[in-house]
Amino acid sequence: MIAVIDYGMGNIFSIRNALEKVGADVGVIAQPKELDNADGIVIPGVGSFGEAMKQLLPFEEKITSAIEDGVPFLGICLGIQILFERSQESPESGFGIIKGEVIRLPDNVLVPQMGWNELNIKRDTDIVRGIEDGDFFYFVHSYHCVPKDKKIVIATTEYGTEVVSVIERDNICAVQFHPEKSGVKGLLLLKNFLRGIKC
Amino acid sequence: MLARRIIPCLDCDLGVPGGRVVKGIEFKQIRYAGIPWELAEKYYLDGADEIVFLDITASHERRDTMLTVIKKTSKNVFIPLTVGGGIKSIEDARAVFNSGADKVAINTAALKNPNLINQIADRYGSQACVVAIDAKRRYESVEGKEIVKTPDGDCWFECSIYGGRRFTGIDAIGWAEEAEKRGAGDIMLTSMDRDGTYDGFDIELTKAVSERVKIPVIASGGCGNPDHILEVFQKTRAQAALAASIFHYGEYKIEDVKRHLKGRGIHVRL
Repeated sequence: MIAVIDYGMGNIFSIRNALEKVGADVGVIAQPKELDNADGIVIPGVGSFGEAMKQLLPFEEKITSAIEDGVPFLGICLGIQILFERSQESPESGFGIIKGEVIRLPDNVLVPQMGWNELNIKRDTDIVRGIEDGDFFYFVHSYHCVPKDKKIVIATTEYGTEVVSVIERDNICAVQFHPEKSGVKGLLLLKNFLRGIKC
Repeated sequence: MLARRIIPCLDCDLGVPGGRVVKGIEFKQIRYAGIPWELAEKYYLDGADEIVFLDITASHERRDTMLTVIKKTSKNVFIPLTVGGGIKSIEDARAVFNSGADKVAINTAALKNPNLINQIADRYGSQACVVAIDAKRRYESVEGKEIVKTPDGDCWFECSIYGGRRFTGIDAIGWAEEAEKRGAGDIMLTSMDRDGTYDGFDIELTKAVSERVKIPVIASGGCGNPDHILEVFQKTRAQAALAASIFHYGEYKIEDVKRHLKGRGIHVRL
């Protein structure tokens, strides 16, 4: 079962529908203990970083231990940002699983970034299998992630600056855009995530 | 750089059991085009960047039908979905979002209660709040209106509400600016003079509004062929073009339209 964590930040219908479309057995999880049976964990979410951290607090221990145990993890949009140590958006600390911070998009572009933008693939790994340089994905965000370790960056996107759009480290995968709203290429990315997970 | 978007618009008559997509001409005559979720899925697979459903049912006692249409659509359509028509309150908006829509488009309710824009943007984010403006050219001069030069003479643009059935005296350019300040994420700008005519977008209207606001303007009304989309992208700052009839009756496929645009230097998602 792929656990999609419903912590009250944005609707989970789209991600659930998209995961089901590519064959996943999806469980929408609102209680931390339900994570015990998860074969994979997905954190979606739209909204503010601080509010997300507050709502995720009861899940934090279970999520971090599952990630340490090697359970495949996918973070989407706010779900990539909360992995970092901190964000300029709110005083609350992030999970700190990934070293680095989340900063505001530059002033020379319209914020939030809303719309279809291209990926520049930096490293070919399984999560971007079948996805090419210049493929478009759907973005909605005002802040972006700056990881200390550049080796985890799989793809970037140009929007006033070089925005990190896909990261991967061991069993952790995370994307700044919305694969569930990014057409067939978005579904392909979700399929790539599911590969190798029994569900 | 963000791609310019092609958005098919599905006007839905929910008075028919299950709902039908229809298309009016100059806001009046009606022709049937298909089942909402089937047509939406076809456009998604053809490369649409977004889908817009507008509920044009005369009486809005069929909200549940629209919610069913949204739920069925979001099972198979994986691009942003915008829903408009008869959304009067934050509660109406919530019901639409909870059924799987990504954005709501508000027109009449926003003009009557501009604070609704702030409420939706604060709760769901600017990206979820589209302000739709139905604008009509007025050639008689009225004090305090923004005058735009056109080949047909100087005019201003008046906002209409209730699907074009009533006029407000409100200047469309000024209203677009206010909507942006209040937190709108997109302006869906329909020319009532061009809607259903196949004569092309109102370039002067689209240019005036898209140069005034920073948020994306979706040009709407009058699209009759791919060159009309090319024209509005070349001559104005519109970030998206909305069309209905040219896609509904199989005249053009979205993918072909995008190839046409890309071949002429327009940045689109293919």
